[in-house]
Amino acid sequence: MNRDDIFEKIQEVLDDALGVDEDEVTPNASLTADLGAESIDFLDIIFRLEKTFDFKISQGELFPENLTENLDWVSDGSLTDAGLAMLKERMTHVDFTAIEDGDRNISKIGDLITVNSLVNFVEIKLAG
Amino acid sequence: MRWLWIDCIVEYEAEKRLVAIKNVSLAEDVLHDHIIDGKPILPFSLMIEGMAQTAGILVGTTSRFKEKVILAKISKASLDCDVTAGDTVRYDATIDRLDEAGASTMGTIDRRVAGGDAWERIGRVELLFSHIDNNMAGTEFPKDNFVFSDNFKMILETAGLADLAE
Repeated sequence: MNRDDIFEKIQEVLDDALGVDEDEVTPNASLTADLGAESIDFLDIIFRLEKTFDFKISQGELFPENLTENLDWVSDGSLTDAGLAMLKERMTHVDFTAIEDGDRNISKIGDLITVNSLVNFVEIKLAG
Repeated sequence: MRWLWIDCIVEYEAEKRLVAIKNVSLAEDVLHDHIIDGKPILPFSLMIEGMAQTAGILVGTTSRFKEKVILAKISKASLDCDVTAGDTVRYDATIDRLDEAGASTMGTIDRRVAGGDAWERIGRVELLFSHIDNNMAGTEFPKDNFVFSDNFKMILETAGLADLAE
């Protein structure tokens, strides 16, 4: 399955999970900021990806979770250098460039998950 | 007291499927408040709740009711015809996906054909449940399992499934 095939299937997944039109699902669209996804939608998306691509997704593998539980990762509501390094290592499917030198408020971290992030994730899982 | 929208469990396959029955009666006030074209109709929202209770109990059995199972999302819901007093409705729920964060379920709604034992398919409902203590937002909730009250235990006991809640 090539990247275009994966993208098309992810369009269908997001259409079903979020009720958005397929033309809204562009590669750079943020799941939360642009497509209106809320935290419970992430679980829905995970289940639909598992079913569509026939693999298992572990908790915290696709979307960052419980960051605030580790004081080394979050300080005053913002991601620390250690937290960013951890996320970059664990979540290679996400592009963290936008927050490297800017606002690292953890409420904004979810905005970094784009349609492209999902395509990257699926590509990595299918290859692995 | 929680408002139950199923009367009894009639079938159970461990961690897979649960079927419940609802007998619709004019004794229920809600029907008198929902008259359409002169006919008392069971609101579809309450049928979705009936399916949510059926599927929610099924999901609850997978953790022996240790998890707080909360309806998080109605993924799809369709109903082909109205249900009125005197009708018997059957909710048939199956688990589609299940993990530590929650579950998704598929469900069908059937209505008993008047005067017989046959059933006709009248609706479908797909639901998403959260195990809220494992929610992705990290929000904390009370320790007591406020979801599965004594009413649910009564329904399990009536169906001979009381050991599932122990």
